[in-house]
Amino acid sequence: MSDYNFAYLDEQTKRMIRRAILKGLAIPGYQVPFASREMPMPYGWGTGGVQVSAAVMTPDDRFKVIDQGADDTTNAVSIRTFFERTAGVATTTKTSQASVIQTRHRIPEEPLSEGQILVYQVPIPEPLRFLEPRESETRKMHSLEEYGLMHVKLYEDISRHGHIATSYAYPVKVEGRYVMDPSPIPKFDNPKLGDMAAIQLFGAGREQRIYALPPYTQVVSLDFEDHPFEASKPDHPCAMCGAENSYLDEVITNDAGGRMFVCSDTDFCEARQAAGHTGTMNGKDAA
Amino acid sequence: MYVAVKGGERAIENAHAWLAEERRGDTSVAELGVAQIREQLALAVNRVMAEGSLYDPDLAALAIKQARGDLIEAIFLIRAYRTTLPRFGASLPVDTGKMACDRRISATFKDLPGGQVLGPTFDYTHRLLDFKLAADGEAPKAATREAVHGDVPHVTDFLNHEGLIEEAVHDDTTPPDLTREPLEMPAERALRLQALTRADEGFTLGMAYSTQRGYARNHAFVGELRIGAVPVEMDIPELGFSVEIGEVTLTECETVNQFTGSKSEPPQFTRGYGLVFGQTERKAISMALVDRALRWEELGEDNEGAPAQDAEFVLYHADNIQATGFLEHIKLPHYVDFQAELELVRKLREEAGANRVPEAAE
Repeated sequence: MSDYNFAYLDEQTKRMIRRAILKGLAIPGYQVPFASREMPMPYGWGTGGVQVSAAVMTPDDRFKVIDQGADDTTNAVSIRTFFERTAGVATTTKTSQASVIQTRHRIPEEPLSEGQILVYQVPIPEPLRFLEPRESETRKMHSLEEYGLMHVKLYEDISRHGHIATSYAYPVKVEGRYVMDPSPIPKFDNPKLGDMAAIQLFGAGREQRIYALPPYTQVVSLDFEDHPFEASKPDHPCAMCGAENSYLDEVITNDAGGRMFVCSDTDFCEARQAAGHTGTMNGKDAA
Repeated sequence: MYVAVKGGERAIENAHAWLAEERRGDTSVAELGVAQIREQLALAVNRVMAEGSLYDPDLAALAIKQARGDLIEAIFLIRAYRTTLPRFGASLPVDTGKMACDRRISATFKDLPGGQVLGPTFDYTHRLLDFKLAADGEAPKAATREAVHGDVPHVTDFLNHEGLIEEAVHDDTTPPDLTREPLEMPAERALRLQALTRADEGFTLGMAYSTQRGYARNHAFVGELRIGAVPVEMDIPELGFSVEIGEVTLTECETVNQFTGSKSEPPQFTRGYGLVFGQTERKAISMALVDRALRWEELGEDNEGAPAQDAEFVLYHADNIQATGFLEHIKLPHYVDFQAELELVRKLREEAGANRVPEAAE
């Protein structure tokens, strides 16, 4: 694809995005407006993540894309193919071998290391959006550190349901300052956000925002002393690899209520199976 | 036995191949040429150019063909292509007073300098299906007359001479560009107009219609609607003067809106403005009404809380490429968040004792 620049975007656009990324890294959790470009895939399908990946990518990078934790979901395939075509970079499905990982809705199970970059696709970057629809208002609330509304919402959840009724895109506070939307990852993944060795970049294309967490940033999930945050997951081991502590997808196996739980992180699950771990349904028909 | 879903890549390839086949349709029917679309589906081409923000009838026609007639998809193709184009510079502002008008009507004055010209309009056609078109039609011929040369003055200028309409203050500031800078609020009028001219026709129409039905009614008359070609000029630095580089067809609508005055402004007529690529009259009129509604603050009007007065609401939801992308993304897998919600709902139901209902949760 010699008609297009390396990684599709022109160098001026990449510089503009890099400036936004650097600003984001300098003010962790702050949403930096950027002049998001119209990409050749639809808004809402990862255009923010794609622009961030394109801006940080070098020809020597090894790129991995996951959607719902899996490398083989259709949109992950599509984005990986896009960069194979436009940047000619090497790709991988192995978390440890990737230098740039673009993700939608998950953080890999395997801890990331220094030198890796995790790029999140973000649909709605504003954690206060569903409490206050106006961008002009929410920006003011962030600048005044006015997060009372969020705490009231969480409190109302507890008084109504006995729990905080947010199971994904669970809000966090970054370095004691900005409340941030971690993108729609399950709250199970929230504890991995803080103190991570890798750089975490968040791109929201349609909403024209970039934000970032530099390595080893303090990230705290919002909670109350008497209702501490709990990273929950289905209470089963993986039926394929037997993992007890990975996030699981529920798979319906027949129309008589049969189901099984399998790791959502396919690389993690396959690596465990290759190392000899096995679950209750590996190689067997589901009951 | 469970096997993790594999083969996304092949599925995508096959889907693309099938799509291409469906696009072509029955091969015993002659293939549609891009030139045919450009010439015979010109209003579709115009809409794609307007909302795609790229004046190129051939590319717009190609996009319509590729998109199987889905105009939003065609607009998307044009937008994605447009962003990759280098920018050589900016043209001078076009002068619509020099427009070679194909159509020019005023609803406020019976006759006026430059005359009323109906032009190629559907307005007074009886909407009866023309079955002759289903057969191979001959090429119809319309009567012609000598073109009227010279400038065509704007109706609003006549009112301006009398001081009856708000002065449109001349401003040479380079307008902002939402394709280069993120759209942030509050948005000045030039930026709002840019967003509106690219906005989805249906959305803009709905917003405009809502003002007519009383949601921030602004009593609009079509002071003037004109459609025609205008020359585009550009300063060439090496030459030191401007050169005509081509022409574009535009639709311009200026509304004259009744206004009894406010705390800050005297009674006078006010203005709404619409300017859109191509013959796109419904869009231009809609744009003018919405523009006027969004100007409540500068004219000292009350905020009635109407949707069309709310710049943040209108501008953040008017772009059909943003809207359709986000709308359609809910087709993508959401297993992970859905699983998290499943766990939560099960837990809440358990605690609420709902599981006593036999088999309810299963």
